[in-house]
Amino acid sequence: MKFGVLVFPGSNCDHDTFNVVAEIAHQPVTFLWHDSPSLENCDAILVPGGFAYGDYLRTGALARFSPVMQSVRKFADDGGLVLGICNGFQILCEAGLLPGALMRNAGLKYICKQVHIRTETADSPFTSTLRKGQVLQVPIGHMDGNYFCDQSTLDTLQRNDRVAFRYSTPTGEITPEANPNGSLSNIAGILNEGRNVLGMMPHPDRSSERILGSADGFAIFASMVAALTGAAGR
Amino acid sequence: MKAHVYVTLKSTVLDPQGQTIGNALRKNQYHGVTDVRQGKYFVLTLQDSLDAADAAAEVERIARDILTNPVIEEFTYRLED
Amino acid sequence: MKPVAAVAPEPTTVTPELLAQHSITAEEYARIEEALGRTPSLTELGIYSVMWSEHCSYKSSRVHLKRLPTKSDRVVQGPGENAGIIDVGDGWACAFKIESHNHPSYIEPFQGATTGVGGILRDIFTMNARPFAVMDSLRFGPIAGEGIPQELLHKNHTIVEGVVSGVASYGNCFGVPNLGGETKFEECYSGNPLVNAFALGLVRRDEIFYAKATGIGNPVIYVGAKTGRDGIHGATMASEEFKEGSEQKRPNVQVGDPFMEKLLLEGCIEAMATGAVLGIQDMGAAGLTCSTCEMGARGGVGLDVELDLVPQRETGMSAYETMLSESQERMLLVAEKGRENEVLEVFKKWGLDAVIVGTVIAEPRLRIRHHGVLVADIPNQSLTDDAPLYHRPVGEWKAPVQMEPTRSALDKLGYEDRVQQRNYADDLRLLLGAENICSKRWVHEQYDSMVQTNTVQGPGCEAGVMRIKDSGNGGPQRGLAMALDGNGRWCYLDPKLGAEHAVAEAARKVACTGATPVAATNCLNFGNPEKPEIMAQLSAAIDGIAEACIALGTPVTGGNVSLYNETRGEGIYPTPVLGIVGIIDDVTTALPSAFQAPGHAVLLISPEKIGTIEERLREFGSSEYAKQVLGELWGVPPSLDLAVEASLQKALSQLAAAKLLHSARDISDGGIAVALAEGCFEHNVGVSVKLLEGADLPHAWPLFQESASQVIVTCDESAVGKVRALVAAFDGLRVDHLGETVADQFEIAVNRHPVIRDNVTGLKNRWAHALEGALREVVTA
Repeated sequence: MKFGVLVFPGSNCDHDTFNVVAEIAHQPVTFLWHDSPSLENCDAILVPGGFAYGDYLRTGALARFSPVMQSVRKFADDGGLVLGICNGFQILCEAGLLPGALMRNAGLKYICKQVHIRTETADSPFTSTLRKGQVLQVPIGHMDGNYFCDQSTLDTLQRNDRVAFRYSTPTGEITPEANPNGSLSNIAGILNEGRNVLGMMPHPDRSSERILGSADGFAIFASMVAALTGAAGR
Repeated sequence: MKAHVYVTLKSTVLDPQGQTIGNALRKNQYHGVTDVRQGKYFVLTLQDSLDAADAAAEVERIARDILTNPVIEEFTYRLED
Repeated sequence: MKPVAAVAPEPTTVTPELLAQHSITAEEYARIEEALGRTPSLTELGIYSVMWSEHCSYKSSRVHLKRLPTKSDRVVQGPGENAGIIDVGDGWACAFKIESHNHPSYIEPFQGATTGVGGILRDIFTMNARPFAVMDSLRFGPIAGEGIPQELLHKNHTIVEGVVSGVASYGNCFGVPNLGGETKFEECYSGNPLVNAFALGLVRRDEIFYAKATGIGNPVIYVGAKTGRDGIHGATMASEEFKEGSEQKRPNVQVGDPFMEKLLLEGCIEAMATGAVLGIQDMGAAGLTCSTCEMGARGGVGLDVELDLVPQRETGMSAYETMLSESQERMLLVAEKGRENEVLEVFKKWGLDAVIVGTVIAEPRLRIRHHGVLVADIPNQSLTDDAPLYHRPVGEWKAPVQMEPTRSALDKLGYEDRVQQRNYADDLRLLLGAENICSKRWVHEQYDSMVQTNTVQGPGCEAGVMRIKDSGNGGPQRGLAMALDGNGRWCYLDPKLGAEHAVAEAARKVACTGATPVAATNCLNFGNPEKPEIMAQLSAAIDGIAEACIALGTPVTGGNVSLYNETRGEGIYPTPVLGIVGIIDDVTTALPSAFQAPGHAVLLISPEKIGTIEERLREFGSSEYAKQVLGELWGVPPSLDLAVEASLQKALSQLAAAKLLHSARDISDGGIAVALAEGCFEHNVGVSVKLLEGADLPHAWPLFQESASQVIVTCDESAVGKVRALVAAFDGLRVDHLGETVADQFEIAVNRHPVIRDNVTGLKNRWAHALEGALREVVTA
């Protein structure tokens, strides 16, 4: 099993994501440079946070043209696991691998803080080691995390159990106060139709070790490892 | 030839920045304003060899494929010699 | 490269106006002619004007800075390089420095702040240290308060908003965690905001790079953003020779590009790893000029550069403009001849402009050509080590305010009749909502404090604490703690003592985490050095820093001096800001500052010796309580015994290592009452404590006085004896068991009289939302 972490010019959580896989999950992992179409036979692709291309046109907008993204699209179409975190989520939306868009936070400011998210489905290779309804403490750090999609897309997401996480209170209530950025329906993370692509704004890479304040986010990496080794699953 | 491309959020999408500016205008007694939408403005300098029709087609393609995110944004443009 | 041209650079017509525009005195000009042996060209004059400016040459402060201690076993690199470096163990070293960007931040708060952050980051990674953490010390004019004109409040709000979002936008995109720092407000900063940016980077001990040119014939490579007319001094642009043919004047404001900086970081670090890079320096203030002559001077060689080869953003730039441009995100490096392509390839991979612009030459001179014509030919030494050095008159320092409290202050405090006539709970609430004390969450949440996944304690804690991955040799990981501190009001009342406090408090914050403070960096923000009274402040403050840094074992490895912080003759409080770095061997033992749970013993560790009533009356006038509640200022800062302070800090590190404590926090602005309240907020834990006041003073003293060297710690009840025993081994300290942590209640009694009883939630609401509230009020008014 091998993980690949994409590196775009301006990615800045690439090392953090790499570190979780290598040092906490103890799995083989490699960096994949944006300019090369090769995924080097990786079994799972991680699209890390940061400011790819400075986020200068729109967050995630320029990264989708990278040669590596063409390969990632095909990889996902073939059922490969792709996790996009923060800027990675924005890139996956821009690239059309996930529906909707991430807009400027409702408060118009960058927000970095610990938040709580509720697991909305355990039925995915990213959440299989979690319980539905389980609350995780995971930090956010973004300027554009305000999830938006049209009503019919939202209906489809909900009907097909594709909302992976919602911002919640520590006890798991979905309230406007628990929504840090104005996201539609408190959405913090969504799955694609095939359930093999997850995009989320909160950072599991920043919450995989107790020393950093929370290790709750590690369950997402652990689920991926389980899915790939076939130890657990649907 | 230059193309001036204006990108704004779709009218159906909430524009908190525009709203904040609008509120500030009203609070500062600019009563003539009922709504503000903000956006981005691009100036593309085009190759001289393009004729007007080619230029329009090229600019529309760029605006649609790259400069806007069709989920939330729309654009208008004008060409200038 | 062509051989040295026989023709000297074309002399310019030197007039008193031209010299004045370049801020060069007649005496300085005579030295220029002597150094060159001829009349300088315009480009040369421009080069001298920037290199001999206060900013680059430290001509007013250098003689005084020599008094600072700069050495210890840990110091790898002291002042004189891009940043100081200390050894932190396990093969790691850290490069760190603090620098001001005050004036640009007043002109254009957002861009001023971004370029300030960008500059200090380049100083760090030019030494091959990957930036690991940043912090900022910010000073603004008031953002709330009665009697302050709306217009001024609005202006101050704009500066606060702009600076904070500028710091955020640059650091967040670049990808370095911001651990906070400190933000304070005083009237004197209204026209002179201070933006002091601190950065720290990690480098392997044996992989440090220096800003030194070596090897005759080696290529000089320029990399990064293209050069434009940014930051060239407007007054200089207006010189007679210059008008002709020169394009429209550009604004002075430089714009930061954090994305470019991120690429530059990755490109430079990868290029250094090739082994083909010999020396490297960033182009900050005075851009190409400073980097070319300094790299040559450090290596005892010269650089010969052709400006036509420099990547340019604008057309028709003169040699003068190119040399003086302060365009951001640029680096200059010297590579090994024959291996330059390895370096260029790396930069190409990162999409950066990189070109060979010149060569290293044997003569220790700066040679600049433009279109092949020699336009500058200057001995490096005359620009650097031989720059002017001034022994400016140092006036006699006089206390600026009266020593004793006024009658009105004493009346408000109920001093005469000793009747407890104040509602101290109200006073506490007022203080908790005061701009200098309230939560700075509104600021910190805009900063990415967690990127790089090393942040153990982030903004809002006593000090930032970072773990070092790949350290500890398989055992617990090592950590670094860092804090910034400066108290301008105290330095105004006594520059030497105030500066000692800045060192002591920054080090105490670091020690509260259990780390051992090991080194310092300083940013000295003062007024006009041509005024003897300002030099008196500067000189005394440096003496204070020197004494405190010696006593606490924290040599100064670098920093920056910012003078002329005056607007319309109104100067700032003398504001030395200290950054202290500490090491913690096992980062899992790092202590938080917040109370962790109910049922813990609350102890005060403080100096045995207490001041006389007269001393305490004077010292109270410098407190936040006197400013906020009484609206007055008198007296002196609290007295400080550096030997006792050193003992306290050693005791703290031993207590943490012995795992005896649950939390430790310093008592500072607002005294013990505020320190206790702030300890409650993070986990909504209450306290019930009894203070003892031996002297016949109103309760405001035991509650709100800001005595030095005092720390509140919590521990298990069963550990109290061990804590006492450990502290008893140090001279001059005492331990008082004040009470315990409880559920939501906040109770303080003085000499058994309950004086404050409140609930934590109510106090916290006041503290948590005050800053946002003050900013929103005027913005939307």
